[in-house]
Amino acid sequence: MFQAWRNLYSKSDNAKAYSLLSPALFLIILVMLIPMALMLSFSSFTQVSMMEIDFTPTVQRYIDFFEKSLLVSLLIKSVKISFIVTLITLLTAYPVCYYIAFYVKKNKMLWLVLLTLPFWTSYLLRVFSWKIILGTKGVFNSTLLGAGIISEPLTFLMYSEEAVIITLTHAWAAFALLPLYVSLEKIDFSYIEAARDLGLSKFEVFWKVTFPLSLPGVIGAILIIFIPTVGDYVTPALIGGTEGRMLSNMIQAYFGKINNIPLGAASATIMLTTVILITAIVSYTTKRLTQRLS
Amino acid sequence: MNEKNNSLLVYTLIYFGFLYIPVLFLPIFSFNDANYMSFPLAGFTTDHYEEMWSKRNLHKALWASVKVGVVASVVSTAIALLAAKAFVRYKFRGQNVSYGAIMMPFLIPEIILAVSILIIWINLGFPLGLVPVTIGHILFCTPFAMLILIARIEGFDFSLEEASRDLGENAWGTFYRVSLPLYLPGIIAALLLSFIISFDEFILAFFLSGSDATLPMYMWNQMRFVKKLPHVLALGAVIIVFTTFIVLLAFWLRNVGQGKEKKDIAIKL
Repeated sequence: MFQAWRNLYSKSDNAKAYSLLSPALFLIILVMLIPMALMLSFSSFTQVSMMEIDFTPTVQRYIDFFEKSLLVSLLIKSVKISFIVTLITLLTAYPVCYYIAFYVKKNKMLWLVLLTLPFWTSYLLRVFSWKIILGTKGVFNSTLLGAGIISEPLTFLMYSEEAVIITLTHAWAAFALLPLYVSLEKIDFSYIEAARDLGLSKFEVFWKVTFPLSLPGVIGAILIIFIPTVGDYVTPALIGGTEGRMLSNMIQAYFGKINNIPLGAASATIMLTTVILITAIVSYTTKRLTQRLS
Repeated sequence: MNEKNNSLLVYTLIYFGFLYIPVLFLPIFSFNDANYMSFPLAGFTTDHYEEMWSKRNLHKALWASVKVGVVASVVSTAIALLAAKAFVRYKFRGQNVSYGAIMMPFLIPEIILAVSILIIWINLGFPLGLVPVTIGHILFCTPFAMLILIARIEGFDFSLEEASRDLGENAWGTFYRVSLPLYLPGIIAALLLSFIISFDEFILAFFLSGSDATLPMYMWNQMRFVKKLPHVLALGAVIIVFTTFIVLLAFWLRNVGQGKEKKDIAIKL
């Protein structure tokens, strides 16, 4: 019996693979999926007092969310900021990856390591460095003051949406650089040469050949920047002030000083749903787009 | 492509400046003899660095981060190694779904992971502290470690393992004598990078650490006070140098001897 089971086991790749995967899947189920399911159920409860929660299921927290214009506007603002950050990051990073993929010949790996190196330093410190730059008495203002270009510090630099956008663009750049570079590097250069031989202009070659072939990297970069930035907490908290506040800051407050865990859970669930919806839309449109292009 | 493109080169160099210059302000101002971070620089001092020696809370936070980082990186690398092997070695049903599931912590906004772990943890009646932070970090580091290990194991000649089995070595012996030496650079790279991720991680620690501050939490708490900022800058500068060193070491390990080692082993066999 044991021998029979053992023979079966040794034959089945499925069984072998899943026994190797079991710790990782356990981890995901225990530490992510079950907690997230619990968060979902908490969003249907009611916070009665500081310590007391009424466990009768209700959709009232979701109604609360959409009735509070602050929360809805923060959700919209979070999505808007992430959208702009994603766009700027893509547009600014693409030429850099293009250059390294097609023009750099020696030590490409070194260029890539140098590009991604700043992102391994603490996220908190990277965000903080922008506070040094943009602050009222910061690098930017003190330099301009010293040079006599301005007579009073520019206060709009800090604690604004723009400040949050600049900081996030800097903080997440590596996540655009890597997928873009990988997809550009993979492009078979003979396609580009063929297009040139057929008499296409540089511009046409780029739009009709290079760019479509790099789409997987573009999509990867969009998702990998957009999703986490929607939920970013540190940047709006340090740099944003009241103007640049995002939904995460309210979620934190519901779990912290406001102490309304069900409403916090509902807000987090709405954030997650938004992210999933946008991911689905992006993947669907690209599927259609690549089908049309090919 | 043989031609050059100077305008793109200039743009790329400017972009490098955008990436690096903001981070360099931390070390610059950490040597500045003033509480405010503004130009012109007030004078050179190492006081802010000396100040770090006297901060008991800082030492406590550093120790907390090291403990969390070591446990999280060892456990997540072990889990990731098994998973990576499953993905590289076998074709199996549900492969894409499993891969997607394991990569999920990497894609979901971190605050959602933090909040859901917080809810389950306090409802189980456990106290907040370094334990839930470590568990959260294991979840967060595993996909990173797995990506690094898959890249390293890919192209690995699994017939070496089979040969070892056929020659009578048991599973553990095969792992210890054949697989481990070949995986080792990848394993160390995964360990180092997971450690750095855990060491720098803020959101999970922010929600789950309670009163046991990790190093990023310590810095966060100090950042509110203007007077305490300079020693945070000094600490930040030290952390930047330290992480840069570790990351370069990990990159070097990840790439070193790839391909070459396989040949050597094959010759010896």
